[in-house]
Amino acid sequence: MIENRPFITFLSHAVLILGIAIIAFPIWITFVAATHDAVRMVQVPLPLLPGDQFFANLDQALNKGISGGSNSGVGMMIFNSLVMALMIAIGKIAISLLSAFAIVYFRFPFRMGFFWMIFITLMLPVEVRIIPTFEVVANLNMLNSYWGLSIPLIASATATFMFRQTFLTIPDELLEAARIDGAGAMRFFFDILLPMSRTNIAALFVILFIYGWNQYLWPLLITTDQSMFTVVMSIKQMLETAEQAPEWNIIMMTTLLAMLPPVVVVVFMQKLFVKGLTETEK
Amino acid sequence: MATVQLNNIGKVYPNGFKAIHDVNVEIDDGEFIVLVGPSGCGKSTLMRMVAGLEQVTSGTISIDGQEVNKLEPADRNIAMVFQNYALYPHMSVYQNMAYGLKIRGIPKAEINERVNKAADILELTADQLVRKPRQLSGGQRQRVAMGRAIVREPSVFLFDEPLSNLDAKLRVQMRIEIKLLQQQLGTTSIYVTHDQTEAMTLGHRLVVLNFGRIEQLGTPIELYEKPASLFVAGFIGSPAMNFTDAKVSADGDSVDLIGGVSFKLPEGIYRSFANKEVVLGMRPEDLEIASSDDDRRDMVTRLVEQLGADTLVHGSFGEAKADMTIRLSGIQNFNPGEVLPVRISPNKIHLFDPQTEKRLD
Amino acid sequence: MLKQVHFGPSYIPYLLVTPQILITLVFFIWPAGHALYQSLLIEDAFGLSSEFVWFENFEVLFADEHYLGTFKRTIFFSVLVASISMGFSLILAAMADRVIKAAMVYRTLLIWPYAVAPVVAGALWVFMFDPTLGILTYGLSMFGYDWNHKLNGNEAMALVIIAAAWKQVAYNFLFFLAAMQSIPKSLIEAAAIDGAGPVRRFATIVFPLISPTTFFLLVVNIVYAFFDTFGIVHTITQGGPAKATEILVYKVYNDGFVGLDLGGSAAQSVVLMAIVIALTVIQFRYIEKTVEYS
Repeated sequence: MIENRPFITFLSHAVLILGIAIIAFPIWITFVAATHDAVRMVQVPLPLLPGDQFFANLDQALNKGISGGSNSGVGMMIFNSLVMALMIAIGKIAISLLSAFAIVYFRFPFRMGFFWMIFITLMLPVEVRIIPTFEVVANLNMLNSYWGLSIPLIASATATFMFRQTFLTIPDELLEAARIDGAGAMRFFFDILLPMSRTNIAALFVILFIYGWNQYLWPLLITTDQSMFTVVMSIKQMLETAEQAPEWNIIMMTTLLAMLPPVVVVVFMQKLFVKGLTETEK
Repeated sequence: MATVQLNNIGKVYPNGFKAIHDVNVEIDDGEFIVLVGPSGCGKSTLMRMVAGLEQVTSGTISIDGQEVNKLEPADRNIAMVFQNYALYPHMSVYQNMAYGLKIRGIPKAEINERVNKAADILELTADQLVRKPRQLSGGQRQRVAMGRAIVREPSVFLFDEPLSNLDAKLRVQMRIEIKLLQQQLGTTSIYVTHDQTEAMTLGHRLVVLNFGRIEQLGTPIELYEKPASLFVAGFIGSPAMNFTDAKVSADGDSVDLIGGVSFKLPEGIYRSFANKEVVLGMRPEDLEIASSDDDRRDMVTRLVEQLGADTLVHGSFGEAKADMTIRLSGIQNFNPGEVLPVRISPNKIHLFDPQTEKRLD
Repeated sequence: MLKQVHFGPSYIPYLLVTPQILITLVFFIWPAGHALYQSLLIEDAFGLSSEFVWFENFEVLFADEHYLGTFKRTIFFSVLVASISMGFSLILAAMADRVIKAAMVYRTLLIWPYAVAPVVAGALWVFMFDPTLGILTYGLSMFGYDWNHKLNGNEAMALVIIAAAWKQVAYNFLFFLAAMQSIPKSLIEAAAIDGAGPVRRFATIVFPLISPTTFFLLVVNIVYAFFDTFGIVHTITQGGPAKATEILVYKVYNDGFVGLDLGGSAAQSVVLMAIVIALTVIQFRYIEKTVEYS
């Protein structure tokens, strides 16, 4: 800071704390709602301080679900979300690493053609091609499967570009040294390139895990079988049931469960997260 | 141990740029050859072709009599030390040195033995072997890069400006270490540099390159005493040789500067060049203060630089405005404007053809 | 683009790009092409036959007042989401930039909403503004305001905008703070020596210097508001009441999957693709113009 004016410093802190309060308020209310029983949650005004039903609600949300609903808990859905998020994150990283390696380190016919084909995917978010993509997945018999949930979301121009950027910063001499040491293309990829890109891989993983976990429209379309639902989807369905008999304590507990994994990832891997976010936007 | 032959080597880049023109060099077993020249002269390209990192457009490269044009770098039995060391940043020093051996499937015990032996030679401690390259100083990284070359026990070492990333003091020290190492191992070596001091001190023979052509090939002393061209004359030696336009006298026994000053030439040699316009070259250290009056020429001093061990005097002869530098040993006190009596032995005079820039003798 | 030094010709690069190219072809290029083709067809009500009609679907689309209304609504929505979210983040980032030691603590406390799924964000806000039970509805009623976004279209729009902006604050804050922290300290010090106070320094030095980031965020936020807010709208309002919160992405879904108007929905998809392409081009042009501090 340039000048020493305690009042301005105080003001800065005050504004920041107020900002955090505004941002965090919805989460606090969610948490409070998840700690009260169903009876308390239909009385106006709703509580502002936590109650003592947290574990009872947790148990019901995980194992039974809301009473008006399907009577199955969200435990299985959390697992589905996890599988989908991991498949998307790992899949995207794997295919992007390979294609970026090909594009940066080989000169071959149609190289630029492939590059542009990958680039185009940047301009085709799933939201704008939902119906035909849905038809393709249906024709491939991939509805209600983990493959159907993840593979159509796996192609990624952003990840390919990021790895391309990373590879371009690796000095040419390392490849030459490796060639003199007798390493072939794949050996160079696994022994030198992969270990050298590991922070980038980890950073990207954080971003992609969140992206995968938070998918909504796509799972909504291609899963009709309850056993393949994801936890993010389930919230919407609970809200629909809530029209008649709202069980806000359970819905909010589910909401907490749905946002916990990605939030934990962001907070505890903050450095990687920030790196991933800023690098993919280059 | 090996010999290396470069026969009629040419290199043309895809964009049509001719980097190397018809280069021929025979390197003996155990010889230390330095490729030297200004940046862009093709010296690195030439060495990278030996390494197999650049394709050869025409001609053949042979190592130990076997043509290697089509061989992968890994199959040429060479090892290379890079300018920026090119150490694998994620591997420890030990792993860096062992990597090439591991790929070749050499047994662990032997790898261990070879790496430790190389570490011994280079005075790398066991503690340093487990560190990552970034935890080492510039000089230590340099040693690791050499260690990686040594463990391979190759028939040829290639050095691509290995000292240019070091500070001046360390550069002198590492230069000596490289020289000693090569003497000890006796491995044929090719060394690229743009630094003429490095070239002179390291090489058994030097290849001076300019615009992709060999200007001269010879021992450091040959290059110094009989530079084959203006380029070599100006490139080798520091401070650089003085040049000035001049004309050989009618009898061919002296050379005249513009403005009437003239220097004696060795008798008989330059008769055939009588009356020819030439470029006169005189090394600063060959010019000296005249003790007698008969061969003195008056030089008007303009600037005096005291270096402690030497004194550099800048000035000019009479009407000839060309700047001349004289290197005198020890501390000499002169003032700008002072007139100095200067002489040079006739056999220290170099004459060059102004058109072809070749040496005349 | 390509390394100066690279591997020689072989079949390897083709194997390497195969997975990505295959997925791109099957799930991106083909569906997009299909959408393009379908946008030129009209199917009968039973889906038994279809007729090639050139640009009739587009003509119908742009003659449709509902569609044009949706278009305007989406732009209104996006501009408000972007400006509210960016304005809020900019203030917070400016404050955090002043308290350097604590900045990272505040960053941790502010970035996590990024990780909250749009649907989840929708659920949080719909709960707080529930017309009968919501805590904020209750708060408003104390001031005599009767909130019901299920009946009042303007209130529904406001709620969707708030939820969407809330989620994006984290992202904007992160980029604003990074941009401010990358301004060389000497510049700020020079301005202080020239006599500029904190507010003036922000207005005349900091804000102009972070303008590339601001522009970049503007594009990103608009893309976000256009395409990533489906979940928010779907949970909070389902486009209602009376289509008051129906934005373009929601309409594509609704017309295609609920209304089963495939040709019309495909034409809408094609319009959306054109928008993404335009925004991507703008974004890439921006990248070439980032400021560098020498």
